[in-house]
Amino acid sequence: MQIAERREHILLPVKVSFIALTLLVALLFNLAPWPDLRGVPDMLALVIAFWSIHQPRKMGIAIPWALGLVMDAGNGALIGQHAFAYAILAFGAQTLHRRILWFPLWPQTLHVLVLLLATQALMVAVRLLAGGTFPGWSFFAGSVIAAALWPAATHALLAPQRRPETVDENRPI
Amino acid sequence: MHQQPPAFFHRGPAPLARVTFFAVLSILLMVLDARFRYAEPLRQVLALAAYPIQQVATAPVVAFRGISDFFASRRALQRENETLRTEQLRTAPEILTLEALKAENDVLRDTLAAKAKLAEPSIFAEVVYAGRDPFSRKVMVDKGAQQGVRLGQPVIDAHGVIGQVTRVHPLLAEVTLIVEKDHAVPVQVVRNGLRGVVYGSGDGATLELRHLAANAEVEPGDLLVTSGIDGVYPRGLPVAKVVEVERGSTLAFANIVCQPVADVGRNRQVLVLNRGEELPPPPAAEVATKKPVKAKRQRRVE
Repeated sequence: MQIAERREHILLPVKVSFIALTLLVALLFNLAPWPDLRGVPDMLALVIAFWSIHQPRKMGIAIPWALGLVMDAGNGALIGQHAFAYAILAFGAQTLHRRILWFPLWPQTLHVLVLLLATQALMVAVRLLAGGTFPGWSFFAGSVIAAALWPAATHALLAPQRRPETVDENRPI
Repeated sequence: MHQQPPAFFHRGPAPLARVTFFAVLSILLMVLDARFRYAEPLRQVLALAAYPIQQVATAPVVAFRGISDFFASRRALQRENETLRTEQLRTAPEILTLEALKAENDVLRDTLAAKAKLAEPSIFAEVVYAGRDPFSRKVMVDKGAQQGVRLGQPVIDAHGVIGQVTRVHPLLAEVTLIVEKDHAVPVQVVRNGLRGVVYGSGDGATLELRHLAANAEVEPGDLLVTSGIDGVYPRGLPVAKVVEVERGSTLAFANIVCQPVADVGRNRQVLVLNRGEELPPPPAAEVATKKPVKAKRQRRVE
């Protein structure tokens, strides 16, 4: 089998402040007053999955867990529901990060879709055990939309790490 | 000689150990919250932390509402004005006689040496966001403990009961709607005074009048109002209209489907009522037998 020829850029080191900013923006998006959360992509889960795959050592498990607690309080959900799901999501993404980054963007999207669906399935299982009502299959549409945003998220979130394309005489690489 | 590995290799506990720790912690929190309701103080702190973030997240929507209100067409305003005026005229006779009736009621209560009704003002509140949690039917209103909202207060809109305050944050309160699965409201049929308990059916739109015999005298179109015997909802507030009654020889109880009278889940302004009269405590002998039932219901309502 011929190994696909890929052109890779050497990225600049990531800024922790940028990671924090994107997480905050995603949290704001999630806490916006949606009339109904069904079908709304969980941007926070997407951003957590993104940084867990691209910067697993910077993300860890504790940060997604704490963000999940804020989501629980903001949503009036069961305390620990989002925290549990996001911690598992971060772990899954960090375990798979070497494998996922080996694929081109669209197959990466499929991996992320599975991760996000598993996250939502965990939340549904937890809430059904706690006596909640099944929110309907449209609940899972959010994950499909969020996963479809993966290529866009990759371009947007890696943008600050890219170097200018111009050739510089004084630059060694 | 024993050598320490360089700092680069220090990564703390293994990822599996870490995720196990946090998963167990979350499960512990969930059990504490769902089964024992011990997680409330933590929830209060987290909600306070999330409040500024929510304010920022809500700001664009609030601004948009303000702008669209500002540009509401003159025609729409005139039409609304007209309907409000006719509505006011229609209700005028009842309101005019209300004062006289109140005075008369006070005199009668005085003569009967009955406890005076608590005359706390009800609190006007606006729904900040609705239906955040897709697993339950709740709304958040913009008044909290600081504005005097207390746990268990009934919440109504212009047409009838919409729910009950189930959680009070310092600046926000959570209202569980009557359509929440297994949320119970004690009601009475207006036509014949038959008492029952209406439960949310879980589909988010209808209610069920459960545990009534198959031959119970309930017909489609009957209005159900709160009976006031629970000490939560004041007596006589409209709750629902019976839509469908299914009786069969195979059914022990009638299947009675009702539709809420209020615009549950679609309203922006609501009124948080002060609780009705305090009920006298049940006699000592009955406390022991009634306790399990009461505890169960309270858990369900919450």
